[in-house]
Amino acid sequence: MDFITILQAGVASGTVLLFATIGEIFAERSGVMNLGVEGMMLIGAMSAFSTAVKTGNPWLGLLVAMIAAGLISQIHAFITITLQADQVVSGLALGFLATGVSLVLGEGLSKAGTISLLPKFSIPILSQIPILGAIFFDHHSVLVYIGYLLIPACWYFINYTRPGLNLRAVGEYPAAADTLGINVYWQRYLYVFVGGVLAGLAGATISLAVAPGWFSEMTTAGQGWIAVGLVIFAQWDPFRAAFGSYIFGALRRLILDIQGPMLLFGMKNPFYYNPYWGFFLQMLPYAFTIIVLVIGSREAIRKRIGAPAALGIPYIRGERGL
Amino acid sequence: MSVTPTTRSSSPFSYRVVFEKRLKEPAGFISFIITLFAIFIALVISGIVIELAGGDALKSFAHILKASFGSLGVFSDTLVKATPLILVGLACSVAFRARLWNIGAEGQFYLGAFGASAVVLTPLLPADTSPWIFITVMMAAGILMGAVWGFIPGFLKAKYNVNEIITTLMMNYIAVAWNNFFIYAIWSESGFQMSRVFPKTAWLPRLADYSKTVPAFRGLTTHLGLLFGILASILVWFILYRSRWGYEIRLIGDNPKAAQYAGLNITRNTILVMMFSGALAGLAGMSEITGVVHRLQGAISPGYGFTGIIVAWLAKLNPFAVILVSVLFGALILAGREIQPSGIPKMIQGIILVCLIASDFFLRYQIRIVRRV
Repeated sequence: MDFITILQAGVASGTVLLFATIGEIFAERSGVMNLGVEGMMLIGAMSAFSTAVKTGNPWLGLLVAMIAAGLISQIHAFITITLQADQVVSGLALGFLATGVSLVLGEGLSKAGTISLLPKFSIPILSQIPILGAIFFDHHSVLVYIGYLLIPACWYFINYTRPGLNLRAVGEYPAAADTLGINVYWQRYLYVFVGGVLAGLAGATISLAVAPGWFSEMTTAGQGWIAVGLVIFAQWDPFRAAFGSYIFGALRRLILDIQGPMLLFGMKNPFYYNPYWGFFLQMLPYAFTIIVLVIGSREAIRKRIGAPAALGIPYIRGERGL
Repeated sequence: MSVTPTTRSSSPFSYRVVFEKRLKEPAGFISFIITLFAIFIALVISGIVIELAGGDALKSFAHILKASFGSLGVFSDTLVKATPLILVGLACSVAFRARLWNIGAEGQFYLGAFGASAVVLTPLLPADTSPWIFITVMMAAGILMGAVWGFIPGFLKAKYNVNEIITTLMMNYIAVAWNNFFIYAIWSESGFQMSRVFPKTAWLPRLADYSKTVPAFRGLTTHLGLLFGILASILVWFILYRSRWGYEIRLIGDNPKAAQYAGLNITRNTILVMMFSGALAGLAGMSEITGVVHRLQGAISPGYGFTGIIVAWLAKLNPFAVILVSVLFGALILAGREIQPSGIPKMIQGIILVCLIASDFFLRYQIRIVRRV
């Protein structure tokens, strides 16, 4: 078992979580919690794979996935922003709906055959760095590198640009933002859309790069929910989100790979000799999410930081409250 | 301020539609009509999607009706599917009433099934125990395991303010892996991914068991679990609307701040409500495993725990409405098994929930057509 290979695969797998988490950070920063991430990822994975199978062009698949997931996210946007419904239930509903639609439209897709994947390449000089180069810059899918670029870009956008300031204002104190002439409704629609687009990208990353194919609900296997959890751990910050995503990605790979070898650190590998113990390994990412949430929540209480103040509260012009 | 009269007021479009916030809650029948209308819209949308996916919408709906209400036999099967939904729907209703988003009924269902199975398979009781003792102990075990699975997220929420939506959902996955471990490794019957069949003494009695005395019951699969569901509805109604604890639950749900100022113990109530909710879902798992499946295996739930969320919402958290709604969704699940593509029932459920939430807008706002001025 080669740890470098596992970590390398972990970075690729973590990219999925990275996209989904950053997308949800955008939506929540604007004050809309979208629990439909899992469903939107499935829509993305299904439409990306199906487009790539039909046209032979994975780039087109990527584009379709982002648009499809972005569009379906607008159902949630309409219900929570315009109709002012409860964001939790609406997000769950979107999740059910998107999952169902992707299962219906993805029927028979699992036997559709293979597709040409998105290109993989190494970064010339950076990949020569010992260890880190091999993990982060060697023979990765182009999406992994897009992920690297996205982290600082989003961080800069949220914290140091005018639109980013507007985004935060809408999520923290929409009434004040409104008086300054920012269109709260439009902003929220926009960032729910951005969240949907990134969730679609996350889904496409699975079906076009990390684990190519369509395995109905097992394509995402709860990663959308882990992403929602990671947002809280990340405290709505892209860098912390990246940290959490890559750790979780590595954990997922480790669980897959640890059962392979007969020897582990020169000892008998218990997971090789008792293959059923693998079920306990399978629990780890989910158990870990809970642990990470506990850590995040305790930290939030201690440092007195928390969710965007208007998160979950519909904005109604001219009413009291946030 | 002087407003010059515009020519628009004399045009044929001199009326406009405005939405006004309702000042008081609408009457019950309005809410009922809006809900019915939402379901109708949902079915229309579902039909369009089915047509787009290359199916025949009318045929699908006709099939659902015929395959679930067509005869006494299939209606009995519908009730069998409705049984776990009633209990899970109640579990969600109780938690949602306290504004605790228990999305983990699916996991609590699996753990309830595990607890009941453990009684038979460990075995805690010999196979020739009297059925009444068996069923009682299995019920206790199912309820206990479900409550434990509800306690963990409840405790984390109460003590560390950990988002219960995500913890309950994560625990669903853990519950499935936990059950799989026992199915594959411990209780596997000759290498198959299922346990041995429970002894007959551990089966919930079915109507068909009494076909000797009442011939009309021949072949009817409805089992005692349905009675559990109905009794649980009465119990939940009594607790929520006729007991002090229920009053506290509703107060916390409606206005947590006021509840805190009134001196209610929110920490304790959060944990207790989650445990109660988990216990009901666990009972659903026990009823399904002893009433229908009769062995522990992998696919014991076609997403009952998630359908329970929709049931609770559609029933507006009313324990008695949960029964009725469960029968409808039981029909959808029963008939949906044969519909192709297989994702259709799940999709219809999603569309119904989306339309339902959207329709809540009309409970809060009323439409008025006013003259332009």
